[in-house]
Amino acid sequence: MSWLMIALPLLGAFILLVFNRFTNRWGHLLGVVMSLASFAVAVLAFVELLGLGEDQRRQAVTLYEFIPSMKLNMGLLVDPLSISFALLITGVGSLIHIYSIGYMSHDPDRRRFFSYLNLFVAAMLLLVLSDNYVGLFIGWEGVGLASYLLIGFWQFKPSAAVAAKKAFVVNRVGDFGLLVGMFVIWTSFGSLAFKDLGAEQIGTASNGTLTAIGLLLLLGACGKSAQLPLQSWLLDAMEGPTPVSALIHAATMVTAGVYLVVRSGVFFEASDVASLVVTIVGVATLLAGAIIGCAKDDIKKGLAGSTMSQIGYMMLGAGLGPAGYAFAIAHLIAHGFFKADMFLGAGSVMHGMNDEVDMRKYGGLRKYMPVTFATFIVGYLAIIGFPFLSGFYTKDGIIETAMEHGAWMGWLAVLGAGITGFYMSRMIFMTFFGEKRWDKDAHPHESPSVMTVPLILLSIGSIVLGYFLIMDNRLMHFLAPAVGMPEHVPVPHLFSTTTVGLSTLALVAVGAAIAWMKYGRAQVPAVQPRGSFLTTFARRDLYGDALNESLFMRPGQWLTRIAVYFDNRGIDGLVNGLAAGIGGSSGRLRRLQTGFARTYALSILIGAALLTGALLLVGNI
Amino acid sequence: MGETITFWVLAVVSVGAALSMVFNRKAVYSALMLGTVMLCLAVLYAVQDAPFLAAVQIIVYTGAVMMLFLFVLMLVGVDSSDSLVETLRGQRFWAIIAGVGFAALVILAVGNAIFAPQTGLAMATGQGGYIRSIALLLFTKYVFAFEITSALLITAALAAMVLAHRERTTKKATQKDLSKARFLGDRPSPLPGPGTYATGNAIDMPALLPDGSVAESSVNRYIARYDVEHGHLPEDPKLAEAIKHRAEEESK
Amino acid sequence: MTTHYLILSGLLFAIGAMGVLIRRNAIVVFMCVELMLNACNLAFVTFARQVGNLEGQIIAFFVMVVAAAEVVVGLAIIVTIFRTRRSASVDDANLLKY
Repeated sequence: MSWLMIALPLLGAFILLVFNRFTNRWGHLLGVVMSLASFAVAVLAFVELLGLGEDQRRQAVTLYEFIPSMKLNMGLLVDPLSISFALLITGVGSLIHIYSIGYMSHDPDRRRFFSYLNLFVAAMLLLVLSDNYVGLFIGWEGVGLASYLLIGFWQFKPSAAVAAKKAFVVNRVGDFGLLVGMFVIWTSFGSLAFKDLGAEQIGTASNGTLTAIGLLLLLGACGKSAQLPLQSWLLDAMEGPTPVSALIHAATMVTAGVYLVVRSGVFFEASDVASLVVTIVGVATLLAGAIIGCAKDDIKKGLAGSTMSQIGYMMLGAGLGPAGYAFAIAHLIAHGFFKADMFLGAGSVMHGMNDEVDMRKYGGLRKYMPVTFATFIVGYLAIIGFPFLSGFYTKDGIIETAMEHGAWMGWLAVLGAGITGFYMSRMIFMTFFGEKRWDKDAHPHESPSVMTVPLILLSIGSIVLGYFLIMDNRLMHFLAPAVGMPEHVPVPHLFSTTTVGLSTLALVAVGAAIAWMKYGRAQVPAVQPRGSFLTTFARRDLYGDALNESLFMRPGQWLTRIAVYFDNRGIDGLVNGLAAGIGGSSGRLRRLQTGFARTYALSILIGAALLTGALLLVGNI
Repeated sequence: MGETITFWVLAVVSVGAALSMVFNRKAVYSALMLGTVMLCLAVLYAVQDAPFLAAVQIIVYTGAVMMLFLFVLMLVGVDSSDSLVETLRGQRFWAIIAGVGFAALVILAVGNAIFAPQTGLAMATGQGGYIRSIALLLFTKYVFAFEITSALLITAALAAMVLAHRERTTKKATQKDLSKARFLGDRPSPLPGPGTYATGNAIDMPALLPDGSVAESSVNRYIARYDVEHGHLPEDPKLAEAIKHRAEEESK
Repeated sequence: MTTHYLILSGLLFAIGAMGVLIRRNAIVVFMCVELMLNACNLAFVTFARQVGNLEGQIIAFFVMVVAAAEVVVGLAIIVTIFRTRRSASVDDANLLKY
């Protein structure tokens, strides 16, 4: 049954792509129906799973023999972890499908857009539902393809085409890590199925092998989840249509890395080095993303920086072992809702502002699009961790768990939360408050209900999900059959009064206050000011692109040039030189053939004389 | 003693004749010198107990082969003498070096060799005399070689006929055809002879036509060129111009 | 005496060889070749007497026959070439080259 979850959107994509123009009129509806049907199947599977005992909540569905020589069966694994993701993907995905009907209504290629969305949903479901690394990898590449196609959806824009290419290339680096990691797993344990890779089975391997596997898988996760050092593609990926940014580059696909780390938890639990590196990457990325988010005037790029930062939190949680998994997944699900909410809100703003993305040209929009404003505010409060909203529970859970593992990472995460408070407030103040800084031809208006209803649903999720998942450790108990329970189970409070929780709230408040001073009370300049060194640093994405260019691109180009030069001069020179040398010497040697018989006769006589002399010398005459 | 005198006289004569054959500009003289060398050699054969070969040398070489040479010389042009200017760079120098070196090496080799006293042909010709012995060898031991030489000679004769034969591809022109061709050409009349109406009748003096103009075609082109090259031009500028023009016409 | 004859033979041979190399007239070149052949014949005859064997003379005889045949063919070739090129110079027939 659960294979229908994947098959339905795949069928939708197939129909839309194969019968392309003939489906133009109803293609978007088919896409939505397929996505909703997939959601329905996921809900059914979820209910079915809940009905089972805890020890039976790993339902393997064998589909067919995939690679017999590797004893690899293509199969699905329906367990609490995968079904959580499946619900998120199909649920948020369906809402974004519906939203896209309105958002893309003026686009002549709407049907193609929906076919790619369906393809993405199918691939993402394969990624999370597969019961082995090979199936996961196929889904992994599938979402990479969908991401590429959707970032470059408006491929007539050179910037979009370049951004798509960049995302593809950077993801290849991560895929390389994942592939090599799979190779190592295969050679070490002889299987790529999750069920064969339990803690007992991998216990035999050396610590070095486990660390290598962990780091390689982490590389793959970094590529897909835009973690340092492979973060550079995510900000450029905002060239795609906004629903794409919401679905793929905020809610679902970029969290695949977190899924991979959690799914491969056994390797990280077995290797302290690997799990430490995961937390370091998470902390570094959550700070980097937050700093980038502070300086961006493009609303989508600001949200993209925020996405990086939030995934950094998840990565940090995922690196903390079973205690962190539940918080990471909870944050992931909550983030899927509130970030999708805000991205779609941003899309709604852009929809009303002639696709303007520069926040310096917004201002005072709260009166013109009240629903968008309200839902955006909910998302905003959720992400900064306003008490009782979902971010408050999930993020604070990660911070508390990190604090238990190491004070430095905990306090850095707290600092990140403070910065989050600053940049999200800045976004709110610049967009919805202050005076109007619009272009003359802008006529802001509320979006149609097909766009606002998904926003409302997402904001409801943003409000309640955190409380629902964290209270009574619901998610932790639910996930336990898949990822295990921590030794020390935390006790969630409705309102935590620990030092960490209070200081987090205080820092967030300080950040928000600074943002109000700079962007709420003060006038926002319509033209970007020059800014300090730090601002420029953040605007340039922490010089990530410059670093990549100077570290990889330029040396690569030099290497290519050297290789070309060597090929032209060295190899070709040797070959051509040899030929030219032989040709040239032959050209000179042939001059000996003068055509004069007397010359030839002379050489014969000289030869005869020399021969006679030689015979005389050796005394044979 | 008689043989020694004969040898030295003939040796000097034959070497001198050979050298003069090589260095003589006229091919006919060379042929005569070669004939001299061959006659000398014939005598030397005779002296060395080879009367049969001496006879064959005179009959075949001096008689037939040399006649053939002279015959071909006549065909090719007996009056032309060759230029002895060497055109190939270094050819003569190296030829002389190689020739002299080769001769020196042979002399060195032969001069250093110590020969036993001559055996003489007395033993070989003991039974039945010289001619009989030669015939015996030729028709017994060397009979196949002898027969093959006959085939060779026949082949050579055939080859000479084939090579020297020229196939006529067009009908031979009759006097009628020639006169027709002449009247169809641009000049039916004979060319004017040189010197006509001119102040002189030398062969390189262009004719003057009755109207006083110069007839360039009256002077042979080769003679005109010779005059131009050697500066033998008439004093009259008009005539000189005509000769120059004629010479240029030739060189085209 | 044998030495003297052989030296004479070698001298004549060398003179003939030099003639072949120096002269351009094909007919004279041919004469020089004949001179070389004759020099060889003298050596054969001399050696025949030296070793007391008639076979040297027989070989000389065969050389003469072959030389006669060669002259016939060679001269025919010279006539043919002369007919087409109006020249008996061996240097003019130099088309077969680089």
